[in-house]
Amino acid sequence: MSQTSQQQPIDYNLKVVRQFTVMTIIWGIIGMALGVFIAAELIWPDLSLHLPYLTYSRLRPLHTNAVIFAFGTSALFATSYYVVQKTCQVRLFSDKLAAFTFWGWQAVIVAAVITLPLGITSSKEYAELEWPIDILIAVVWIAYALVFFATIVKRRTSHIYVANWFYGGFIVTIALLHIGNSLAVPVSFTKSYSMYSGAVDAMMQWWYGHNAVGFLLTAGFLGMMYYFVPKQAERPVYSYRLSVVHFWALISLYIWAGPHHLHYTALPDWTQSVGMVMSVILFVPSWGGMINGIMTLSGAWHKLRTDPILRFLIVSLSFYGMSTFEGPMMAIKSVNALSHYTDWTIGHVHSGALGWVAMISIGAMYFLVPRLFNQERLYSTRLVNVHFWLHTIGVVLYIVAMWISGVMQGLMWRATNSDGTLTYSFVESVEASYPFWFVRFVGGVFIVTGMLIMAYNCYKTIRAGQRASAAVSHDVKTA
Amino acid sequence: MDYGTWRGVFTIIILVLFIALVIWAFSKRQRKSFDEAANSIFEENESSLNNRSDDQQESKKHE
Repeated sequence: MSQTSQQQPIDYNLKVVRQFTVMTIIWGIIGMALGVFIAAELIWPDLSLHLPYLTYSRLRPLHTNAVIFAFGTSALFATSYYVVQKTCQVRLFSDKLAAFTFWGWQAVIVAAVITLPLGITSSKEYAELEWPIDILIAVVWIAYALVFFATIVKRRTSHIYVANWFYGGFIVTIALLHIGNSLAVPVSFTKSYSMYSGAVDAMMQWWYGHNAVGFLLTAGFLGMMYYFVPKQAERPVYSYRLSVVHFWALISLYIWAGPHHLHYTALPDWTQSVGMVMSVILFVPSWGGMINGIMTLSGAWHKLRTDPILRFLIVSLSFYGMSTFEGPMMAIKSVNALSHYTDWTIGHVHSGALGWVAMISIGAMYFLVPRLFNQERLYSTRLVNVHFWLHTIGVVLYIVAMWISGVMQGLMWRATNSDGTLTYSFVESVEASYPFWFVRFVGGVFIVTGMLIMAYNCYKTIRAGQRASAAVSHDVKTA
Repeated sequence: MDYGTWRGVFTIIILVLFIALVIWAFSKRQRKSFDEAANSIFEENESSLNNRSDDQQESKKHE
């Protein structure tokens, strides 16, 4: 194998990977900074300057779209294009189509940045973008699927490495979810109404919503984990057979968990119970994946002491394990009765998004940047370490604050006096939440600061790489 | 077969498929190919120098 590839080095398409890698970092900073801004708005509402475009209600969907679809999905594009080429030992299927997915996806994000502050929204959570943008997303996504699977079809290896199974599952399911949930009747260029009505609409929305978590924010990033953790640790994955069982168990269970977002609503009771049971069972494959990732380091734990990139990857798995324990617990109806609609949910989402998704992406980006830009290593490993601690402290501040305020809100809302009246008014629970919202804001500032340090570190690495390759081409010319 | 019965049968089919998958994945026969697959991600390292210079050529083309 190595003989043939030495004779004919594979000409990988790394241009599109570079583009998505750089945009991942840029969108990460923008999306997270927006999060900090709206967190500050909750404490100081006048920050909106009384402009409708800057209100919490319009910027919050922009924040979620920016971090999930701009930051997270760009990271998935970058890593999936890199991993599928490296593990199939073949160049990406079509350069033009790959370039189309990059520019198409950036156009989607720019459209979101324009329409959401203007209040143009379908009002479906995590699917707010209106129908013309939805069509663009569908077209780009189908092109993505074509590039990815056609690359697998023309692979030079016999086996399809497990990371590609997870990426493939994520790509297929997101196409299905997005097209299914976004079916709508347009009434004008900027307004449409869902095809579904009432409880069916709610069920479709959370079938989509939870599987966006399950396939985009979980399966896709597990694909990332199965490549970058073994690579950075320089050891094969702990158990390949477990990864096979993990894949099939995870994708066949996740699809049923959506109803837990609709406990105690108009959704039929049995559907809620099915959602609850499936969510609880989901704990098993989730922890299977986490254990598989962390145990890859078994016998090489000392590497964590010296390698902050590996630390990002492994700590992300700890957060993954934590939030996939918390999630099934919160899906139990009696727990959900306390936690739902409180800050606990926000804390849970962010332990997944900032702990798991962001940390594994950051680790993967730190792995990729020197390799993509012809450098031996990053500009500064010390700055990676600083970023690691800023991020970790930020996430811990964030989720602990949200746990406390969430449980407090839940308890205040359900408290009744002996005559059956409510003990607290809603606004009293808001007032009691302020200190925790401030702690959350501080945690967010830590995280964005870390991201800025990452941008500086990567910028210096890329510049050094460009200078080195310019020197090489100069040498070639003079020689 | 009414819908309820079909759902029960479907559940059993999925359960049997899952058990078959676990037995297959953990059978001794798969061990060798799985070990190879797990180590396959390290293979490209041997030709990485070639790939590196190749990337440089590519990036030059775009400059």
